[in-house]
Amino acid sequence: MENESGALSRVANLFSARGYNIESLTVAPTDDPTLSRLTLVTSGNEQIIEQIVKQLNKLIDVVKLIDLTETDAIERELMLVKTKATGGEQRAEIHRLAEIFDGHILDVTDATYTIELTGRSEKLNNFLNAIEKDAILEVVRSGTTGIARGQKALHV
Amino acid sequence: MEPITGAEILVRCLKDEGVEYLFGYPGGSVLHIYDELYKQEAVKHILVRHEQGAVHAADGYSRASGKPGVVLVTSGPGVTNAVTGIATAYMDSVPMVIFSGQVPTALIGNDAFQEVDTVGITLPCVKHNFLVKDVRLLAETVKKAFYIAMTGRPGPVLVDLPKDITITKTDYHYPKKVKLRSYSPTVKGHAGQIRKAVDMILSAKRPMLYTGGGVVLSDGSAELVELTQLLGYPITNTLMGLGAYPATDKQFIGMLGMHGTYEANMAMHECDTLIAIGARFDDRVTGKLEKFCPTARIVHVDIDPSSISKNVKVDIPIVGSVPNVLRAMINVIRDEKLKPDSEALADWWRQINEWRKMESLRYKPSTEVIKPQFVVEKLYEVTKGQAIITSDVGQHQMWAAQYYLFDRPRQWINSGGLGTMGFGLPAAMGAKFAFPDQDVACITGDGSIQMMLQELATMKQYNTPVKIINLNNGYLGMVRQWQEFFYQKRYSMTYFEALPNFVMLAEAYGHVGMKIEKPGDVEGALREAFAMKDRTVFLDFITDPEENVFPMIPAGGGQNEMLLAERDDMVSTHEEGMVLV
Repeated sequence: MENESGALSRVANLFSARGYNIESLTVAPTDDPTLSRLTLVTSGNEQIIEQIVKQLNKLIDVVKLIDLTETDAIERELMLVKTKATGGEQRAEIHRLAEIFDGHILDVTDATYTIELTGRSEKLNNFLNAIEKDAILEVVRSGTTGIARGQKALHV
Repeated sequence: MEPITGAEILVRCLKDEGVEYLFGYPGGSVLHIYDELYKQEAVKHILVRHEQGAVHAADGYSRASGKPGVVLVTSGPGVTNAVTGIATAYMDSVPMVIFSGQVPTALIGNDAFQEVDTVGITLPCVKHNFLVKDVRLLAETVKKAFYIAMTGRPGPVLVDLPKDITITKTDYHYPKKVKLRSYSPTVKGHAGQIRKAVDMILSAKRPMLYTGGGVVLSDGSAELVELTQLLGYPITNTLMGLGAYPATDKQFIGMLGMHGTYEANMAMHECDTLIAIGARFDDRVTGKLEKFCPTARIVHVDIDPSSISKNVKVDIPIVGSVPNVLRAMINVIRDEKLKPDSEALADWWRQINEWRKMESLRYKPSTEVIKPQFVVEKLYEVTKGQAIITSDVGQHQMWAAQYYLFDRPRQWINSGGLGTMGFGLPAAMGAKFAFPDQDVACITGDGSIQMMLQELATMKQYNTPVKIINLNNGYLGMVRQWQEFFYQKRYSMTYFEALPNFVMLAEAYGHVGMKIEKPGDVEGALREAFAMKDRTVFLDFITDPEENVFPMIPAGGGQNEMLLAERDDMVSTHEEGMVLV
């Protein structure tokens, strides 16, 4: 969509005005600074999704729109997790889990770890389920973004 | 080329865009613009008495003429007052450009005097809006605003102008054309879809044309008439579509929907092929969705893809402008000499004519008390069916739609989507600006008229003579009707214990006032009023206080579940229906 102030609020407003659900939303400028890319995860039956697509296309600031679930696509989400890390056993356990999930420990104190993980949302959920509940101090998730596989490219 | 101020640029843009009338109200943030307006005569500014009136007047001007309505208001309350008008225009897809003043850019967000987040407040009720932050972008933005407002499915576009932008100078250049990479409405229908649609339409045994405001907005009436007469099919219009097909033609079977005719709703319910053109399957038309056109295959022509299959799943969607698509259909039918099934059609007409015999618009006449329907019938006679009619919202609006037979598009102007009381009077004034030589009447009620009364002063100032037909029953009639039917006559807050003396009120504003209390005086009063070509006349008709609008499909009912006058006095509806409203 156009990288203009107000573009994001038009999208957000449309969802609230028409009673659609936003599960996650990410937005950032692209390689073309006049454009930003917004990835939104929503849910609904076929008819609702069709309406959402049509209504979004009606917004003047929306330049191009694709439904990634209609193609073979790669999805990724970034998560930062701050955990307790006290005592050798807990530190070793969390470190081991982070490795299993391909995470990186970005910051270490004598009482905490801060871990970075990327992947599909399910993978991030699995990590949070795997780690003991009491150890989690803070979770930050970016929301899902995605891109089609193969040669197909969304370009203006 | 000398650089000029933003205010001067704006006025130059309006001239270059060919804007004749600007409806507005001044204030602090638009002072520079008003100073520029003062110095020229090409753009005529109409000073209303309330910003909502400005927007409704511009709206009426646009609906009557097909040109965009143009409005100028100040920041803060100027904008918030305009919002009802903007939302009204948005719901009925009326092309309009609204310019609003804003506090200087440096003060935006500071809770400055008369500051409001105009772009945010109007966001849900405009087709698009702009905040101009750089005077060098002003002319292009104005061009974009008119382009967006007028193309595709039309609608209001707002341009917010911070005060400093109006005094900053730059070179003026008004682009002849603009292109937006994210906006290019589909005008031409898909040939394959049109072909498929024609086949379906011609294979119909019980066809039905259902057409809406899109035909009026796209000036597609000529094509609609040609196609309908070529096919010989029955046609119904929505409230917004009245006039697109001549109501006096034998193929026209009346308005459909909640207060539509028996034959139109029955034909909708029984048809096997529905051809929807520039209509959006509004809930006032469909009734309960599960019961809507149960046996029909549906073709839907609309310029807005999001209108298609929104409420009702259709079989053949065609995105495109109405005249364009209908012309293509006509060409296919003529070129291939295609003919409808005449035998089936004759049977179908026989059935429809049976339904017609129900005379669903019949009402009990009276020699004692003025029946509101009678007033509209007499108005039709006196104006020879030629007047531009605006209306407010409520019972009188339905009676106007039912009993005034509109034979041409843009003759009937009402707030169908938003249902805005107060719309009628300023809209009539706007229509009169567009067509000063035509009779314009505003059919209203004692509730609605009191919402925009102040515009009587504007009408005096600019001498826009309009005939105000006030169907005065002392009640908020439509709400009272629902209370009678569905709330056991508990008339909660629908009776006006005090009403002004409308005759004196009209005279106070410098107009002519007339009070009519007997059925025998109705026609004479109307003739007298319309003979006063150069005067606004307020005709206060004291009507039967508890008259109801029939037919009526109660909420939750199907199209074949209508209540008819003199046959169904009391009505009940199920709980499910009450939620549907």
